Amino acid sequence: MQTRRETIQQSMVVAGLLATAGFPQFAHAAFNKVGFDAKSVQDAVKAYGGGSISESKDVTITGPDIAENGAVVPLGASTGLTGVKQMLVLVEKNPSALVAMFHVSDAVDANFLTRAKMGQSSDVYAVAIMADGKALFAKKEVKVTLGGCGG
Amino acid sequence: MADPMRIRAQAAGDKATIRVLMSHEMESGQRKDAAGKTVPAWFIQEVTATHNGKPVLSAEWGPAVSKNPFLQFAVKGAKAGDKITVTWKDNKGDTRTDEATVS
Repeated sequence: MQTRRETIQQSMVVAGLLATAGFPQFAHAAFNKVGFDAKSVQDAVKAYGGGSISESKDVTITGPDIAENGAVVPLGASTGLTGVKQMLVLVEKNPSALVAMFHVSDAVDANFLTRAKMGQSSDVYAVAIMADGKALFAKKEVKVTLGGCGG
Repeated sequence: MADPMRIRAQAAGDKATIRVLMSHEMESGQRKDAAGKTVPAWFIQEVTATHNGKPVLSAEWGPAVSKNPFLQFAVKGAKAGDKITVTWKDNKGDTRTDEATVS
């Protein structure tokens, strides 16, 4: 017959196992609602622990000068810097500025390309958040013509 | 969601460029349907990728990513024959994983 002491000891072992087993690789990868609700570029950056954004030649944002279709605009964010924790892609004039956030691990280049929806012509930003919280950005204006010819 | 992702993984030098095309509506939650009701947001929130079983990428997306999302990234040290898996999870809790071999 199991004593109460034994039962409690066993429960604690199981609880300890659960606590360690349930720990995900990227603990901070849970969807950051605050970041995606942020209306401004700076607010979204702050939600990921970034400080005040400052422009930097070492970060690159790629995108078309004129996007024929605002529903599918290819946007790329990259940097050659080391020590980058996250790369963010933002469209300033969208209802919520943040489009995507990429965790940069040692195994990948800090270079990501995706396609985003743009509600209107706007500046698009690539922000690199460094390990020390510094937020460096590059921006570019992308004009959007929802239909018809460019310009 | 029912359609598999198309993953192309190409080794070049000491890294592999991975291109993924996912099949997903990515409803922004801003659109209204014919009756005037707002179509609820339905979009991929989390994307993760592994290289030979080791997590290499994790990303959070918002509703602004385009429908049938495209993603391109580069994995260092990946060579031909390595396995790449990509997983997405959307805001309804649905998830999908697909795998490709680096060529």
